[in-house]
Amino acid sequence: MENSKIKLSLQLDVDAFLPADPEEKQSLVVMRESVSFWRDGIRRFKKNKIAMTSLVVIILILIFAFILPSFYPYSYEQQIRGSENLAPMQYSEKELAIKAAGGDVFPHILGTDSLGRDTMVRLMYGSRISLLVGIVASVLVLLIGSIYGTIAGYFGGKVDLIMMRIVDIIYTVPDILIIILLMVTFKIPLQNLANTVPSFDWINRVGVGLICIFIVFSLLYWVGMARIVRSQILSLKELEYVTAAKALGSSNGKIIRKHLLTNVMGTLIVTTTLQIPSAMFTESFLSFIGIGVAAPMPSLGSMTALAIDGVYSYPYRLLAPALMISLIIFSFNLLGDGLRDAFDPRLKD
Amino acid sequence: MDKLVEVKNLKQYFPAGGSFLRPRYIKAVDDVSLYINRGETLGLVGESGCGKTTVGRTILRLYEPTSGKIFYDGKDITEVNMLPYRRKMQIVFQDPYASLDPRMTVGDIIGEAIDIHKLAATKQERRDKIINMLERVGLNNEHANRYPHEFSGGQRQRIGIARALAVDPEFIVCDEPISALDVSIQAQIVNMFEELQQEMQLTYLFIAHDLSVVKHISQRIGVMYLGKLVELADSYELIFHSVHPYTRSLISAIPIPDPVKARNKKRIVLEGDVPSPLNPPSGCRFRTRCHYATDICVEIEPDLKEVSTGHFAACHHLDKVN
Repeated sequence: MENSKIKLSLQLDVDAFLPADPEEKQSLVVMRESVSFWRDGIRRFKKNKIAMTSLVVIILILIFAFILPSFYPYSYEQQIRGSENLAPMQYSEKELAIKAAGGDVFPHILGTDSLGRDTMVRLMYGSRISLLVGIVASVLVLLIGSIYGTIAGYFGGKVDLIMMRIVDIIYTVPDILIIILLMVTFKIPLQNLANTVPSFDWINRVGVGLICIFIVFSLLYWVGMARIVRSQILSLKELEYVTAAKALGSSNGKIIRKHLLTNVMGTLIVTTTLQIPSAMFTESFLSFIGIGVAAPMPSLGSMTALAIDGVYSYPYRLLAPALMISLIIFSFNLLGDGLRDAFDPRLKD
Repeated sequence: MDKLVEVKNLKQYFPAGGSFLRPRYIKAVDDVSLYINRGETLGLVGESGCGKTTVGRTILRLYEPTSGKIFYDGKDITEVNMLPYRRKMQIVFQDPYASLDPRMTVGDIIGEAIDIHKLAATKQERRDKIINMLERVGLNNEHANRYPHEFSGGQRQRIGIARALAVDPEFIVCDEPISALDVSIQAQIVNMFEELQQEMQLTYLFIAHDLSVVKHISQRIGVMYLGKLVELADSYELIFHSVHPYTRSLISAIPIPDPVKARNKKRIVLEGDVPSPLNPPSGCRFRTRCHYATDICVEIEPDLKEVSTGHFAACHHLDKVN
């Protein structure tokens, strides 16, 4: 019996029972760094390779559309005599002569159109207009839709009933038809306003067509956003932390701002991002049928429309803007999906 | 004893569809009168759906009462602006997961109350108050910058209590504050409620469906059934000398931690389910499940009668039950 040799002893080592000093206590505290909703979302977003790639592509396109044109030697309305209908990287005879004399001529990377305008710079401006329409329209939709949806959802009852029936009515209207009608009817009064009232002359600078598009979008396209926000608010306002805020004496405005809107923020960001490509698509379509932005201002839609005429001889003129539209819309859609996965996991199902 | 909170003939009906001409109502609370003395804990028990939470929330005017009067400290608060009273009356919720805003830090959750009632002049004072509250409920200052999802259920409930305490209230409605917690934490939280009551001279309306917890913390207990108060008495009196058949069956369902006694105990098992509050039975609401029900129970609704000092019960057959 080996064990019996060990003497049973109740003598304990006193040192083992000393209270822990602060340093020792500190080493036992295991705490993860505090993570807010935003940081958590951004971390998830960064892990998503597809979404990060599309974000990079969008940033590149933004640089291409908003910064590059300022450094570009040609401008979108400049007609270069003698350089009409050039193929990509081709020089006209005049330009070749300058080059031969030792002068420097910037190449027409995508060639020129039938009026001698550089296609590359027009593509940049076209993307700028398309992006501008997409972003501004989405922000307008965001503002109107979220305010409307929040009011309907929060106050509920009869207010909600009436407000949502109005939304239903707007939903039933065939939107493209109404857009076309509104564009046509708005154009002339807006032009008059811009020409007669001095404080409205910025309309001319931005372009009547663009202003029309913004108005039409903000009149019609907020309904989807309003519905999404309303449904979220409806479920959020029943939660106990909203009741707790009421019990503390919070005003309605404060509850909406501090508790409800912050909690639908993820949904708002995602829906707005996904709204951008749809707005751009509509703008391109309108410009394609000739009622979007006014010439000589290019938009990706009007560039494709112009290119259609010579599609057999100059297919690259159609290809460039068409690819650009696809690229922008594609990357915004992927970005939106990525944001949704990162900030609003509930929306997935 | 002075009454801090009193409700008289409180009714709370919620619309539940029906046609425009004949609207239907859920009678969540139907003609309940009770009072709570200063410094006391009144327990309110009953099955789920019997209207006990609604009573608590209506007292705080989180729901506007359909009819009846609410008094606070002798003043009628049924129709006044509640803002000054929000400081005095607070609520602790059942679900510690839904009752904290996930986008706010714990410090801001507690600080919200301080901001609304402008209880702190400077940022430093606000921060001190928040930390003081956290320490009072057994958390520490490190927790102020964290988000609710980083805490366990018991800790979250402590945060909810700290939020309610931040305005330095006199009266707290505890709306099933321990039902969502596991048993070991239940005890901690109940003890904390008792300690805080001593320290801050609080008055509680303690709502629960677990009689064994309620009898521990309350001085008096009210029993509700389908929107009605059926019995109200001192805790001891109610547990050992209950007279209403419903209360008796509830008490017989309290588990006894002694197998010998438990074996000999006779349980009163009720038949059937609670009827729908949309269409409650005529007369006595408990008659459909009561062993003593007779014709009179169908026709006449029993009033709360005082059977002994401070002991009220609503039943036609009190003599038969005993």
